[in-house]
Amino acid sequence: MPRRDDLKSVLVLGSGPIVIGQAGEFDYSGTQACRVLREEGLRVVLVNSNPATIMTDPDVADATYVEPLTVQSVRAVIEQERPDALLATLGGQTALNLAIELAEAGVLDEFEVELLGADIEAIRTAEDRERFRVAMAEVGLECPRSVYVRSVDDALAAAEELGYPLVLRPSFTLGGKGGGIAHDEPELRERIARGIADSPVGEVLVEESVLGWKEFELEVMRDRNDNCVIVCSIENIDAMGVHTGDSITVAPAMTLSDPELQRMRDAAFTVLRRIGVETGGSNVQFAVDPVTGRQLVIEMNPRVSRSSALASKATGFPIAKIAARLALGYTLDEIANDITGRTRAAFEPSIDYVVVKVPRFDFEKFPGADDTLTTRMHSVGEAMAFGRSFRDALHRALRSLEDGTIGFHREDDGCDAATLEADLVRPTPRRILRVAQALARGMSVEEVARLTAYDPWFVDQMQQLTKLHARIAEVGESVLTDADLLRAAKRDGVGDRLLGVLAGVEESDVRAARHGHGIRPVYRTVDTCAAEFDSTTPYHYATYDEEDEVAPHDRRSVIVLGSGPNRIGQGVEFDYCCVHAVLALKDAGYETIMVNCNPETVSTDYDTADRLYFEPLSLEDVLEVVDRERPAGVIVQFGGQTPLKLARGLADAGVPIWGTSPDAIDTAEDRGLFAAMMDDIGARMPAGGTARTADEARAVAGRIGYPVLVRPSFVLGGRAMRIVDDPAALDREVGAALEAAGDQTILVDRFLESAIEVDVDVVFDGEELLVGGILEHIEEAGVHSGDSACAIPPVTLSRALEREIVDVAGRIARGLGVRGLMNVQFAVRDQQLFCIEANPRASRTVPFVSKAIGTPLAKVAARVMAGTSLAELRAEGSLPVHGYDPDLLQHVAVKEAVLPFDRFPGVDPALTPELRSTGEVMGIADDFGDAFARAQAGTGTLILPTDGTVFLSVADRDKRAVILVARRLVDLGLNLLATDGTARVLERWGVPVTRVGKVTEGDDAIVRGLREGGIDLVLNTPYGPDARGDGLLIRQTAVSNGVPCVTTVAGMSAALLGVEALQRTGFAVRSLQDRHAEVLERLASRVVRA
Amino acid sequence: MSDALLVLEDGTAFCGRSVGAKGTVLGEAVFNTGMTGYQEVLTDPSYRGQLVAMTAAHVGNYGMHPDHAESDAIQVAGFVVREMAHRPSSWRSQGSLPDALREAGVVAIEDVDTRRLTRRLREHGSMRAGLSSEVLDVDALLALVRESPSMEGRELVSEVGVRAPRVVRPDGPTHLRIAALDLGMKRSMISGLVGLGAEVHLLPSTTTAEEVRALEPDGLFVSNGPGDPATVDAAVTTMRALLGEVPVFGICLGSQLLGRALGASTYKLAFGHRGINQPVLRRREGVVEITSHNHGFAVDATTLGERTGDLRYRTAEHGEVEVSHVNLNDDVVEGLAALDIPAFSVQYHPEAAPGPSDAHYLFDRFGALMQAFREGRARSVLDLDVRGEVA
Repeated sequence: MPRRDDLKSVLVLGSGPIVIGQAGEFDYSGTQACRVLREEGLRVVLVNSNPATIMTDPDVADATYVEPLTVQSVRAVIEQERPDALLATLGGQTALNLAIELAEAGVLDEFEVELLGADIEAIRTAEDRERFRVAMAEVGLECPRSVYVRSVDDALAAAEELGYPLVLRPSFTLGGKGGGIAHDEPELRERIARGIADSPVGEVLVEESVLGWKEFELEVMRDRNDNCVIVCSIENIDAMGVHTGDSITVAPAMTLSDPELQRMRDAAFTVLRRIGVETGGSNVQFAVDPVTGRQLVIEMNPRVSRSSALASKATGFPIAKIAARLALGYTLDEIANDITGRTRAAFEPSIDYVVVKVPRFDFEKFPGADDTLTTRMHSVGEAMAFGRSFRDALHRALRSLEDGTIGFHREDDGCDAATLEADLVRPTPRRILRVAQALARGMSVEEVARLTAYDPWFVDQMQQLTKLHARIAEVGESVLTDADLLRAAKRDGVGDRLLGVLAGVEESDVRAARHGHGIRPVYRTVDTCAAEFDSTTPYHYATYDEEDEVAPHDRRSVIVLGSGPNRIGQGVEFDYCCVHAVLALKDAGYETIMVNCNPETVSTDYDTADRLYFEPLSLEDVLEVVDRERPAGVIVQFGGQTPLKLARGLADAGVPIWGTSPDAIDTAEDRGLFAAMMDDIGARMPAGGTARTADEARAVAGRIGYPVLVRPSFVLGGRAMRIVDDPAALDREVGAALEAAGDQTILVDRFLESAIEVDVDVVFDGEELLVGGILEHIEEAGVHSGDSACAIPPVTLSRALEREIVDVAGRIARGLGVRGLMNVQFAVRDQQLFCIEANPRASRTVPFVSKAIGTPLAKVAARVMAGTSLAELRAEGSLPVHGYDPDLLQHVAVKEAVLPFDRFPGVDPALTPELRSTGEVMGIADDFGDAFARAQAGTGTLILPTDGTVFLSVADRDKRAVILVARRLVDLGLNLLATDGTARVLERWGVPVTRVGKVTEGDDAIVRGLREGGIDLVLNTPYGPDARGDGLLIRQTAVSNGVPCVTTVAGMSAALLGVEALQRTGFAVRSLQDRHAEVLERLASRVVRA
Repeated sequence: MSDALLVLEDGTAFCGRSVGAKGTVLGEAVFNTGMTGYQEVLTDPSYRGQLVAMTAAHVGNYGMHPDHAESDAIQVAGFVVREMAHRPSSWRSQGSLPDALREAGVVAIEDVDTRRLTRRLREHGSMRAGLSSEVLDVDALLALVRESPSMEGRELVSEVGVRAPRVVRPDGPTHLRIAALDLGMKRSMISGLVGLGAEVHLLPSTTTAEEVRALEPDGLFVSNGPGDPATVDAAVTTMRALLGEVPVFGICLGSQLLGRALGASTYKLAFGHRGINQPVLRRREGVVEITSHNHGFAVDATTLGERTGDLRYRTAEHGEVEVSHVNLNDDVVEGLAALDIPAFSVQYHPEAAPGPSDAHYLFDRFGALMQAFREGRARSVLDLDVRGEVA
C-alpha cells in the first residue's frame, strides 16, 4: 500500500523535559520520526518544551515550538499551523496523555486534526487498567486478578478478596509513579492514598501479586494491512515487582522455550489487535509463573517506549523510524531494512549475541530516600552492552555504569550472612553485586536463585563468572603469562581493570600482557539477521572472537566519545553536544565515529555517525576502538565528565586529543594550578584552598572564614557539595565530600552569600572568543546552577558587568589554552565579579544557549577543535556563527530545572548546592515574565496560578524581601496565607493575610489545603540545615500533591512576574525558526548599516 | 582446551569443545538463525545428513522436553554451537541438551565462532564439512570431508519416514481420510492434519498411486524430508498420477515434489533458508507471514511452463499454476497453487515447531479444500478464501 497522499502536514508532540521514567529515548524516537516525515515531503510541526534535544533543533522540523506541552499551548500551535494530523505515539506518556486531553477539550475536532497510529479509544483502553483487563478477558487472555479503587476503604475490601501482597497501580502515570507494593494493611493504607493522589483521575488498580514471577516484554509492530512482527523479546533478570526500567534486562529472552515464546507472540498480536493499535510500535509485558509456566498479560503501551529504544539499539531495527512510515500508510513489506540495505522491514530480527541493559541510579543524591526497588521507577539512566555470551555482556554492561563498578565483582566487605541474605532478598541497586559476593563466598546457585528470584540460568552464568574470577585470583600475577586464562577471561567480558584487581597487578600490566599475547577484540556487526545477509551499516561491538568485520576506510576520521549512561548532572544535554559534533564534522568531510554505551540517545542511532561502536567508555574499551580505527583525532569535550576523565589516559597512550589539551583540562580542575593562572591573568576568585582530610578542611575554613562551600574536585553535578556556616556543620558534612572525592582533593571556598550567579558559555579558537550566552541565574548563589532557573539575556546585569564577564572569560580561555567550548561560572556580589569555576568542555547549558541565540555552539566548537578558526567558519558560511548580543535578541529565554522530588518522598525538596534536577525546559517569549511562566508550565509540576491562594512561610532573613512580593500578589488578586512570623511582618506593612497555625503545633490546615486543593502556590524558604519541622513537611506535601513550591525569594519574584504575564497576555506562539530568522535579519541589517 | 574440530571443504577450520558423543561425522554444514527451538531442529528429519550450526549465542537454556521432539530421534549428523547450557532452567525441562546429544550418540561441538562460520557459509554457500572429537588434525579431517558425498543428488528420504503404512486417528470424530507420503514427516505436521478431524495414513515414499487410491483418501499430503528433491522420483510419479483426482497439499520437500509433478525442476539454493523469522508474502492478499523455514532447495517457477501472467504459468498437463507465496528477502518461490486442479503447496512450515504459527491457517485450507472438492464446490484451492470459505 503506498503512503497516504491526503496528509500534508503533521504535528509531532515531544515528551518534554527529562524526568525519571521518560528520558532521552524519546529524543531518539522523536528525531527519527521527524526526519522520516520530512523525507516523505510532509511539513513537520513540533511542540516540545525541552531545549536539550536534537528533536528541537531548528533543522529537524519545519516549525519548532519550544512551548509547554499543555492543551493551551498546543491549541495555539494547531490554530496557527493547521496540521492535518497529530502523531502522539512517539513522545512517551506525556504526548499520549496530552493527545487525550486535546481530544477531550475538543481541539482535535475543532481543527479537524486526525490522530495517527493509535486512536483515542485505543489509548484509553491501553491506559485504563480496568478497561484493559476487560478487553483482555474478551479475547481470552489472562491478566492478574484485580479491583479498581478510588478510596482507602475500597482498597481494604479488595485486599480481603485478593490477599497480600498487593500491587498498586495508579492509572495514567508515567514510569509507574505512585505505584508500589503493599505487604500488609498498614502499608496498603499508607500507599493507596498516595497512589490515588498521584493518579490524575484518582484511581488505583489493586492487583493480585505476581511478585517473583518472571517478567518478559515483547516489542511489536503492526501495519495497516495487519502484518505484525516481534522486533525483540526482552527478559528481566529482576523478577516481577521491580519496574522494568529498574530491572537488569536481557535480549533476546534466554529462558523461554519455543512453544512458550510463540504463545506469548500470538498473545501480543492479539493484544495489539484488540486494543486497536492500527499502525506502529507497542510493547506488551508478560509475567510467567516460574513453577507452572502460566502466562499473564501485565500491560501494553500503544506507543514507542524506553523498551522500544532498547530493542531498536539491541537489534538494529529502528522501531520509531518505521512506526513513522507506518503511520503514513506504508506497510512493513514496503519499507527497506536499512541495516542490510537489501531486505525488508517485514521480518523479525535474529541476533547472534546477547544484550544486557543495566539501570543507573542516583539514590545517594537523595539522602533519606528508601532505595528498595519497586514497581515505581527510580533509575535515572541506563547502560547497554553487547556480548557473545550473557556473561560477556553482563560484565561489559556493569563496567559501563561509571559508578565505580568494574564488572560483576564486589570486594567482600565482610558482612555477616544475615546481611548478605537480606540484601539478596531486597531488590536494590547494589543487589547484583551482592550476588557476586554471595557466589564468591560459595553460596549455591539454588540458594541465590531462591533468595533473589533470579532465574537459575542467570545465576548459573553468574557462578561461572565468579569461578573464573577465583581461578584468576588463585594464579595471581602469573595470569599475565597464562594466555589461555587471559583469553578465557576476555571472552567472558572481564575488563583489564577487574583482571588487575583480581590478580593483584596493574590494569596497564594486564593490557600490556594481553597485547603481548595478541589477545585483541574483534568488532562484530549488529545486522538484524545473525549474518544471514550481508550488512552495509557499520554498527559494531567488540568481542573476543575470531573474525573482525570492520570495513577499511581512507578518509580522515575522528572519534567522538559519548557521555555514557544518563545520570543526574550528566544527561541528554551532553548527548546533544556529541551529536552536534558528529554532524558538523560529517558535514566537513570527516569519517565520524561515535563511541557510547547509552541506548537512550540519538548518538547511538546508527544513522548519526558514519560508524557506531556500542562500547563501555572505559579506558580499555576506548583504546581498543582507537587502535582499530586509528583516527586523526579523538574528541573528549562533548560527553561531559565521562570522556574528560579519559583524556589523560588516552593522551598518555599517544592518542591525539583534539581541542583543549589534557594539560589544560588538568589546570582547570586542579585548584592550585587554576588559582595560579587566575592570579596571572588578574581575575578574582573567592578565597579558598584544598584539603585531603577533615582537619585540613577545617584549617582552610578557619583561614578564609565561614560560610564555606565544600565540594570534591573532578566530579560533576555538585555531588556532595555543601554550604556550611560553622565548624560544627563542617565536621558534619565534610565526610561526604571526602568520600565522593575518592583519591582526589576536596575544595573549600568562601561562600558568597546572596550573590547573583552567572554562567557563560564560550567558544575559543586561540585567537577569537565567541560568547554563546551570558546566563543570569534566578536563584542566588548556593543553589546548584543546574537546579536554578536562568535567563538569557540577563535580567539585572549592567552592560558594563557583561563586558567585564566577557573580558574575564576571554582571559581565562586564553590562559588555559582552550580550543573549543568552555563554561565559566561567576558570582556577582556588590558589583564585583568572582570566578567560581571554569570548565573547558561542553556544559549543560550549551543546547539552551544555542537555541536561544540561534548559533549551534557545539557544531562551531567541533569545527574549531578540528582546526578551523571562527573567522574561517564565518567565511565558509555553512554554519550560522554569531555570538551572544543582547541587541540582536528580541526575546528572553528562560531555562527552568525539572526536579524529581515526587519520586523520592521523604526527601527535602529545598534547592541546595547539590544538583538534583533530571532535566530542563525552556520558555521563550518577548519578555521575562512571559518566558518564565512558560518555563514553569513546561515543567509540568510548577504551573503558576493566575488566581487563588498563595501560602507564604519564610525564614527570618527573607522576611524583608517578601513584603513587596506579597503586596503585589494581593494587588494581582491572589489571597495570602502565612504562618505567624511571616504574617506578622506582612500585617505590619498592611498586606492582608490570613494566619494559619504550625503543623507541629497541631494545626493541619496547611497540610489539608495542600492535599485537598485550596492552596495554589507555596513560598517556603528553609530555616537552615536543621529545619526539620513545618517547613520540610510543607515542602514535601506540596511536591507530592503537585502544588508548585518555590524555595527562594528570588524564585518568588520571578514567579510573580510570571503570574502577571499569565494574567496579562493571551497565549501567542512563535516558532524557533522564526525567532532565529529575526536574529539573522537584525544581524544583516546591522552589517548593512555598518 | 580444544578437543573437537570442525572443518569445511574449503579448508576453513574451527576448534572447539566436544559436547556430545565422541566420534567423527561428515555432512553438509548449514546454519539456522532461530533463537529458540533447538530441540525441534535437532529432531526434524529434514536435517538428516547435515551438520547444523545455530547462530544464537546460547543454546540449550531451557533443556529438553518430549513435547518438543519432532521425531523419535535426533536427526542431525552433527551439531555446532557457540555455547551450550550444561545446566538448563525451565519449569518443564526434563534433561540437558548435552546429555541428550550424548545419549543419542550425536557428535557436537561448542565454543565455535558460529558467526564466522555463518559468514563463510553465506559467502561460499553450504559446504560439505566434517566434525570430529577424534580427528583433530585439519588436513586429515579435510581429506575425509573431500571424500564425502555432496548434498546435491543425495537421496536421504529412505532413511527417514515410515517403512510400512501406519494410521494415526484423531481423538474426536473423524471427518476426513488423508494419505500422507511420509518422507521424514515432522510430528507437528501429523498433528496439524489430525487436528482437521482426519484419519492420517502415513505411507512410505515409494507408495504407488494405486495403493493410495485403494485407501479412498479425501486428500494426498506430501511431507517435508531431507536430501535433494531431484532424487525422490517414486513420490513424484505417484503424485503426478493423482493430480486432479484428489486434493494435494505439499510442505517443504512436498512442495518441491509438487513442483516436479507439475513439470518444474528444482535447484539448490546457495545457503538455503533455515530459521523462524523468514518473511513470506502471500501474494493474492498482500499479507506477510513470518514463517519457519528449513530448505536448501527450491522450485524454479520459470520451468513450470509458458508464462501467462505475473508469476503464473501454464503447465503441460495440469493447467495453470501460480506462485502463491514468495520470500520477501530473496524472491524464492515459497508456495504454489494450481488454478485448475486441487493442488497447492508451501515451501515453508505452517506447522511451525519451531517458530511462529502465522501460517497455520494452511492446514484449515487443506481441510476446506478436501471438503469442498468432495462436495463439488471447488476444484482449486484458489476457489477458497483465506478462511477456507468458497469465494
